[in-house]
Amino acid sequence: MRSSRSLSGVKLGTYYVVHMPEPDDFDFWRERARGLIQCDVPPDRIAWVELGGSGDLFAHGKRRMPVPPKDAPPVRANRRFISLARNATLHSDPERFALLYRLLWRLQANPRIMEDKADLDVRKLEELDKNVRRDSHKMHAFVRFRLVEDEEGAEHYVAWFEPDHHILRANAGFFMRRFSNMRWSILTPRGSLHWDGETMAEGPPADRSDAPSGDPTEDLWRSYYASIFNPARLKIGAMLKEMPKKYWKNMSEAALIPELVAGAQKRESAMVEKGTLEFEERPETLAAIDKAIHACRKCPIGQLDNHAVMGEGPQDAALMIVGEQPGDQEDQQGRPFVGPAGQLLDTHLEKVGIDRRAAYVTNTVKHFKYVQRGKRRIHQPPGAKEIDTCRWWIESERAIVQPKLILAMGASAARGMLGKTVSITKVRGEPIALEDGSELWVTAHPSYLLRLDGSAREEQARLFDADLAAVKERLEELAG
Amino acid sequence: MASQTILQKLEILADAAKYDASCASSGTAKKNSLGGKGIGSTEGMGICHAYAPDGRCISLLKILLTNHCVFDCHYCVNRKSSNVARARFTPQEVVDLTLAFYRRNYIEGLFLSSGIVKSSNHTMEQIVEVARILREEHDFRGYIHLKTIPEADAEIVHQAGLYADRVSINVELPTDGGLIRLAPDKDARQIEGAMGKVKADLVEAKDARKRFRHAPRFAPAGQSTQMIVGADAASDADIVGKASRLYDNFRLRRVYYSAFSPIPDASAVLPLKRPPLIREHRLYQSDWLMRFYGYKPTEVMQATEADGNLPLDIDPKLAWALKFREQFPLDVNRASREQLLRVPGLGVKAVNKIIASRRHRNLRLDDVALLTQSITKVRPFICTVDWRPITLTDRADLRSLLAPKTEQLELFAA
Repeated sequence: MRSSRSLSGVKLGTYYVVHMPEPDDFDFWRERARGLIQCDVPPDRIAWVELGGSGDLFAHGKRRMPVPPKDAPPVRANRRFISLARNATLHSDPERFALLYRLLWRLQANPRIMEDKADLDVRKLEELDKNVRRDSHKMHAFVRFRLVEDEEGAEHYVAWFEPDHHILRANAGFFMRRFSNMRWSILTPRGSLHWDGETMAEGPPADRSDAPSGDPTEDLWRSYYASIFNPARLKIGAMLKEMPKKYWKNMSEAALIPELVAGAQKRESAMVEKGTLEFEERPETLAAIDKAIHACRKCPIGQLDNHAVMGEGPQDAALMIVGEQPGDQEDQQGRPFVGPAGQLLDTHLEKVGIDRRAAYVTNTVKHFKYVQRGKRRIHQPPGAKEIDTCRWWIESERAIVQPKLILAMGASAARGMLGKTVSITKVRGEPIALEDGSELWVTAHPSYLLRLDGSAREEQARLFDADLAAVKERLEELAG
Repeated sequence: MASQTILQKLEILADAAKYDASCASSGTAKKNSLGGKGIGSTEGMGICHAYAPDGRCISLLKILLTNHCVFDCHYCVNRKSSNVARARFTPQEVVDLTLAFYRRNYIEGLFLSSGIVKSSNHTMEQIVEVARILREEHDFRGYIHLKTIPEADAEIVHQAGLYADRVSINVELPTDGGLIRLAPDKDARQIEGAMGKVKADLVEAKDARKRFRHAPRFAPAGQSTQMIVGADAASDADIVGKASRLYDNFRLRRVYYSAFSPIPDASAVLPLKRPPLIREHRLYQSDWLMRFYGYKPTEVMQATEADGNLPLDIDPKLAWALKFREQFPLDVNRASREQLLRVPGLGVKAVNKIIASRRHRNLRLDDVALLTQSITKVRPFICTVDWRPITLTDRADLRSLLAPKTEQLELFAA
């Protein structure tokens, strides 16, 4: 078909030279390409020359375009080709116009050629398009404005950016839509853009020294960058893939990267080291726990002059009784609940008929916390963090003894079991299901009773007995 | 404390926010500032304005309003009993910082979260106030992501959705047991209840906009959530199951995973060591399989090993293919799209290219090589005009042949 049409304006063996007025002028290329296709000029007869390009090589070529015949069929191009070609025009590859023409030429014979992703020309076009889109995207991302004030004190935001391709003009709209009420300029080695809030002006290529050298807000930005970085997860490759080094020189935060990377290994090993003090293998026997708690210095209580007190009782006890922490007597004797509070506990247990020797009796916190007043050591309640730290041990004991029922006495013991602080009056008298299938009952600590007098003490003692009685009843049910 | 500068507060409150994984700024309604008084635009595609050496994108100013907190969640560096430096921004300070960064093109917008101070409602009101000042007083049209507090009143959460592009509520842990143990002040039912309300608001607002063009938008970028991986005993199968239930029940845009990472001043209830970073990566890959590759949650679970966890040395898609070798090799010139998506090494783009190209030619192995990243990975699972893997898929050592030789992702993690 095509060869039979008369080559009206074309002589065989003639070369044509098309001089592109701008490197990114897709419409100009389209206009010229359409005429040349209609005149049936094959791709290898055309040289596309950019401003400042090697035009001399083609001095013998014709600059005047052939005139298409009146009956020339319209040039076909599908939407996919046009959208890719529009982007590819912006690429800095000097061969791009020739590639576009070659593909347009081939499209006339095979309108579906764009679907053939294994075709080398199609692949090349897609690659150019991808490079340009990436360059534009990086421009949206990495342009950094610096604020300057002009003589009248008006704010002007100025950026210096070095794109790989001819993308500046094509991306003017993005910055206009985003910063429409700001006065801004983007300077690049390929040209510049200036927006005054109403109109866009283009300017000549600029130099880095034309842009401002700093902005006080960059200090805030750099400290944000350093703080949001998590040194526990260094992935330098992932960073470099998305933010190649070529962009770093125009991004103030990038100056921090070497320092952050160097510090990260050190910081993380410090964090892990600190962590390994606490994160260790769970002991598998009660004897191992006993040994380990004596060496435990994970919280300030362990640093005091005291001894760890291990729980005692049968390893298969159905009932675990948990108090707060050893007192002065317990610390000296090395056994739980042997001081005044322990004696009171024994009295009440006996009264309701619970055999203490059948229960496993222990404390939430393993060391005695006190302040020294003269010769006396005065009891101090453990802090929430100290209880949480010590949970490791009581949980290890629970894992070995596996009681069906746990009686937590006092708020500290309740926190040791639940991980949160609860009100005794609200939760006492009702079972609370625990994760491991056991159930928790909460009551007051016997030392609380010791601090009360008269009717208040009688009332609390009655409630305490009632709680113990309920526990006994429930234990019998569970055993049943 | 009163004399903390903005810089000092920013250091503390950005540091405290870094354990939130999400930094997405994509998928919201298109906006620009033409014709307005203010600033900002969103054009659908998210933009990462910088990358930190941890490989994560910095798209938003991600900070806490305050890291004071009345809660005591053990995995959280800001828990009440933790001994970290505390700071608190006023809403106006956050607004000023956001705008100063936005004007210089450092960020796409703001991701604001907070520790709980005074009460959940008070905290949520403060968060909403930041968004209100940005949107109403400064006509800010950039991206806003607000973390909502499940314990706060539904009315305030609703208000947040009217200002924000995205709202999120963290489920925190994959199992209820883990939540009870590690976040004793939180309640799984309350969290899911709040997510359910947000979903209802999303559906209602979408419906209203179909009928009234000017009906207010509600969180056009939807809701997301995050769970911490490796702080409790949940296996990958548990996590995948939980994530798919969340996707189904609450129309989530994304479920983010955050590998539990060692935090300063850790609580002793926490696990012995942090999970390998690669585990988080494998979970994201499985998330991709469900969202873009047509795998059902049960199929992802089939790829797990005996302990319920995904293999760490190979990706879940390859693991699945090795378990179901009888489905391969597939003829790239004839197999359906759904089938091709199951070939290890073929991504969605490569499959699209294969399907478009095979209308024009019978694909040879060299053609497929042009369309894919790595032909060596794909080769054992496909047939082409000139290639048939014969015994390759039956080889017992195929896994070791295909597993990456070095653990690249852990190279720097030490």
